[in-house]
Amino acid sequence: MAADLGLPGLGRTGRSRGRGQVSTKPLQDGSRVAVIGAGPSGSMFSYFLLNMAESVGLDLEVDLYEPRQFCHGGPASCNHCGGVVSESLVQRLATEGISLPDGVVQRGLEAYTMHMDVGNADIATPLHESRIAGVYRGNGPRNSEPLDTDSFDGYLQRLANERGARSVRRLVTDVRADGDGMRVECADGGHGDYDLVALACGVNSHLMRSLHGLAEEHEPPGLKTTFICEFRLGRDVIRKTLGQSMHVFLLDIPNLKFAALVPKGDYATFVLLGHELNEDLLNRFFASDEFRNCFPGGVVPRHVCHCYPRINIRSTRPPYGDRLVMIGDSGSTRLYKDGIGAAYRTAKAAARTAVFHGVSAEDFRRHYAPLCRKIDRDNQVGRLVFWFGGLIQRATFARRGVMHMIEVEQAQTKAPRRMSGVLWDMFSGSAPYTDIFLRTLQPAFIGSLAWNLLAGNLPGARHATPRPQPESRHEH
Amino acid sequence: MATLGKDYADREVIVKQGEPGNCMYVVQDGQVEAIAETDGHEMRLRTLGAGDFFGEMCLFGTEKRSCTIRALGRARVLTVDKKNFLGGIQEDPSLAFRIVKVMSQRIRDLTERLAAIEAKQ
Repeated sequence: MAADLGLPGLGRTGRSRGRGQVSTKPLQDGSRVAVIGAGPSGSMFSYFLLNMAESVGLDLEVDLYEPRQFCHGGPASCNHCGGVVSESLVQRLATEGISLPDGVVQRGLEAYTMHMDVGNADIATPLHESRIAGVYRGNGPRNSEPLDTDSFDGYLQRLANERGARSVRRLVTDVRADGDGMRVECADGGHGDYDLVALACGVNSHLMRSLHGLAEEHEPPGLKTTFICEFRLGRDVIRKTLGQSMHVFLLDIPNLKFAALVPKGDYATFVLLGHELNEDLLNRFFASDEFRNCFPGGVVPRHVCHCYPRINIRSTRPPYGDRLVMIGDSGSTRLYKDGIGAAYRTAKAAARTAVFHGVSAEDFRRHYAPLCRKIDRDNQVGRLVFWFGGLIQRATFARRGVMHMIEVEQAQTKAPRRMSGVLWDMFSGSAPYTDIFLRTLQPAFIGSLAWNLLAGNLPGARHATPRPQPESRHEH
Repeated sequence: MATLGKDYADREVIVKQGEPGNCMYVVQDGQVEAIAETDGHEMRLRTLGAGDFFGEMCLFGTEKRSCTIRALGRARVLTVDKKNFLGGIQEDPSLAFRIVKVMSQRIRDLTERLAAIEAKQ
């Protein structure tokens, strides 16, 4: 009853057998594909699926389900994310012919500023070029004026629409196998039948918890709660205080895993990840000198909106089935960093599998799952990398050594940037964790770190001077 | 501020013919021109605009720039690292498809221009 949804092309194609009885037929002319969620993974899947289908003369119908519009400020169109497009993804998208417009890029970032109790250090890209994009997934924070602002998700959705995907503004409540195809059910009682469903609803959607009949077959992703809020500072203040740098904090606060402040247009987005997120952690972090000193007068302003989104820290297992594939956060993503990059990679791999190999569980197992396993293996190494990062956070002598190493590297233009490179890739998500970890095992890295641990902790060693402490405290 | 890449002033050289290179570039805004320099003479090969790329030959083995690229008016250009690009292709060979397609078109254009020059002589 696709007519309930006003959808043309009622019948599915390639369904000449019962589910699980014979091999699932691949997509063919007229096949219908439902994509649930127009976040980065959903829109990019639609875009690449239609691109690849066209390259082999395959005519597909793609319905991109998304109840929200990305033209509103605040929660109505927000996808609750730090909104950083990594250096590697910016480059890959540009290679694909997708150059992010100025309106979408709220700020081009060209450096990281690391804040520790032993001082601050700027880690700049060697090319002094803005290669990281601060974006809004929706259209800015609550009550923000839409000045020069364009949603990242909205931009990708338009790309998919221009490629031929049809946006369906309905809330999907269930996805289930129906005979030899898939049925998508909506909150308004309508439904549509499809030859392939791509789940791209993220992990904050109710849908992942309520999928009828799929819960037994797919172990849901592991989740962790984060805290995100927006500070309105104004462009001039941001230029003078935060600049074109993403600010990351390695502070010895119990439960703190990672925190970052990302300047964007008139606002700065704050993201905090804790081993266990609680009020005490937030209060202690907001009261820390290192954080307060990022704001004019040392006063942390009142945030204009905040949320506690969950992130995927363990993949859905398996992230596919017959005529079903889970992409982006719904399937497999990178640990803590570069979720949008993982959305791009999984979306494209799933599209490639569907067009060139098939849409059966076996096709996805052979051609899509290897990427998910690669991401999972890298995440295991990532846990080790963050564990080491935690050791540095907790040991003052280690923080002094790391800070000393960064300062020496940044002061010498031609010196190898071993620690700077490792931290840059760790913070920016620009390189796989495995690459980062292997670099730290190189004798030159270990030797340099050992020397800097010594040099940074010798009596009389010059330590970076923390910024002057402000008098006032957080406004809350 | 809300931009990616690096700004170049009018006629500023972005890559110099004969110099080594290990990256390619994508024009984000404005225009650049590709110039072949021979015996002190310059010949404009083509102009490139937003979305176009150049310097790709250095990613596929040629280590020296085959021509000079300079900004035509103010231009903004993003660098794509060789390591990032080749790493991407290892995972997803289709990433190279657009590059190959454009390179193929450029060879076709140059062939046609060469044939036209031969015909005039």
